[in-house]
Amino acid sequence: MNQSESSGDQASNGGAGPLAGRAVLITGASQGLGKALAEELARQGAHVVMVARDPAALEAAAHAIRRSGGVAHALAADIGDKDAVYPLAGAAAAVVGPIDLLIHNASTLGATPLPLLLDTACEDLERVLAVNVIGPFRLSKIIAGSMALRGKGLLVHISSDAAVNAYPGWGAYGLSKAALDHLSRTWAAELDGTGVRSIAIDPGEMNTRMHADAIPDADPATLTDPAVIAARIAALVARPEAIVNGARIEASSLAIPQEAS
Amino acid sequence: MSPATWPRSNPLAERLLRIDPRAGSIADAHVADLPSLLGPGDLLVLNDSATMPASLQGTTDDGAPVEVRLLGEPALGRFSALLFGAGDWHARTEDRPLPPALAEGAAIHFSPDFSARVASVSAASPRFVELTFDAEGARFWSALYRAGRPIQYAYLDAPLPLWHVQTAYASRPWSAELPSAGRPLAWGLLLELRCRGVKVASLTHAAGLSSTGDPGLDALLPLPERFDIPEATVLAVREAHAGGHRVIAVGTTVTRALEGSAAQHDGELVAGSGVTDLRLHGAFQLRIADGILTGIHDPSESHFDLLEAFAPAALLREALAHAEETGYLCHEFGDSSLILS
Repeated sequence: MNQSESSGDQASNGGAGPLAGRAVLITGASQGLGKALAEELARQGAHVVMVARDPAALEAAAHAIRRSGGVAHALAADIGDKDAVYPLAGAAAAVVGPIDLLIHNASTLGATPLPLLLDTACEDLERVLAVNVIGPFRLSKIIAGSMALRGKGLLVHISSDAAVNAYPGWGAYGLSKAALDHLSRTWAAELDGTGVRSIAIDPGEMNTRMHADAIPDADPATLTDPAVIAARIAALVARPEAIVNGARIEASSLAIPQEAS
Repeated sequence: MSPATWPRSNPLAERLLRIDPRAGSIADAHVADLPSLLGPGDLLVLNDSATMPASLQGTTDDGAPVEVRLLGEPALGRFSALLFGAGDWHARTEDRPLPPALAEGAAIHFSPDFSARVASVSAASPRFVELTFDAEGARFWSALYRAGRPIQYAYLDAPLPLWHVQTAYASRPWSAELPSAGRPLAWGLLLELRCRGVKVASLTHAAGLSSTGDPGLDALLPLPERFDIPEATVLAVREAHAGGHRVIAVGTTVTRALEGSAAQHDGELVAGSGVTDLRLHGAFQLRIADGILTGIHDPSESHFDLLEAFAPAALLREALAHAEETGYLCHEFGDSSLILS
């Protein structure tokens, strides 16, 4: 883990907004969808802990949220590192309190350009599974227990179309996301009745660096802005009691939220 | 009594000594038997505090080694701490050299970018100090988790990783040491209890230090500790008692929080946070807890006096003799006892 600074509470949105005071932890929050989610949830009043490997990019993203009046804390960590996960969960709860919403957004494609499975190094597959599956399992294992004890909480797993459909070259990433989907469903089955819910969300094709790494020649004009997807997900998680436990949701099917007054 | 020297792999198979104060009886059981020992409507209250990596190895400005054991954070950004001299957990606390004398304002350095200053020195002992750190918020907690290790004692086999000092439902890292009574409570067991109608509620209590190595200082333990009791727990306690059911405190820390809160509010349990300096003993009249799930405590421990609030000393001594004869294990990874009628 690496350093960061706490927010100035004097200018916070903590008292207003649909997500007022909700304690949120988002992995992969220095760029792309994770950063857009952190911005949107903080704008709606959530107290956000942002996690990513690169301390400078992460702190810059958290600082921007604080400057616009949100509550955001940066904790630099590699979610694929076993020894990083307990410190991360402990520090997060220390600064924002027990986590209400845990968003597993961090993921890695593995080697790029995307290789065929026959050309995939075993070590690359292991790393993809460590970041995309085992890291989320470890973090949920620590945090979901306290959610179940308090009788509320939501686990969100950011998935992909590649979890459902098999595409040449997407083997390591796709099978990790299929496993993540199943992890989400199994949490849902085991925690049913405790008040804790678990869902997977396929955000669709977005204009992010990960997409550019995977498909360099895609036309950005055909891709969705991650801020649009973040707004839809924020509207969904603002009402966890309306969420079907264990659901796998395509972001394109989510209602486009009306701007909160 | 032999200590457990390392966490065992299956907490449900650990032993549970049943002590029934009303019947004056003791009986052997296992943790897995808990669902059959509790009834629908009974309430288990758990301490959901996570355990900090509260042991920090540092040096003074003069280069003298000092170990800091954080006890708690009574005021935001201000930690109470106990100082040791050179060495670490491998040496018994009573054999450790004294720390260098540190005056108010003295610095302790843990790494090139993480240090603390002595904000005050206790009148009771120069080993008890209050510290302020050169970082706050996420920056402080990141630095603490990098530099700190769990507090542990010489009877353990190896350095403890952080995950061995957490319960299965821990959240905010308030405790200096593992609130160990809840350690055997795996989620499979908790959900089975719930299925049978046993209620489960939580509070947060900052478990402090169990030993200083100095009998004079040990006599001061436990120090005042902070707690936070949710409204839902207050309602659950009220509902249990109204229905004629039992409230079982999981551990001495939960007992201190429940009874400490009640002592501060004319006998009523009240939601919210506070600090308690309550010390329980045989003559103490319990107002909230009807029973306790705890470890196997030796009469030399301060916990033993506390247990006398739940059962007569003679019965506790008989139970302890039985535990010793039949190989129960003590300390934080040891076996459990349930004092309940």
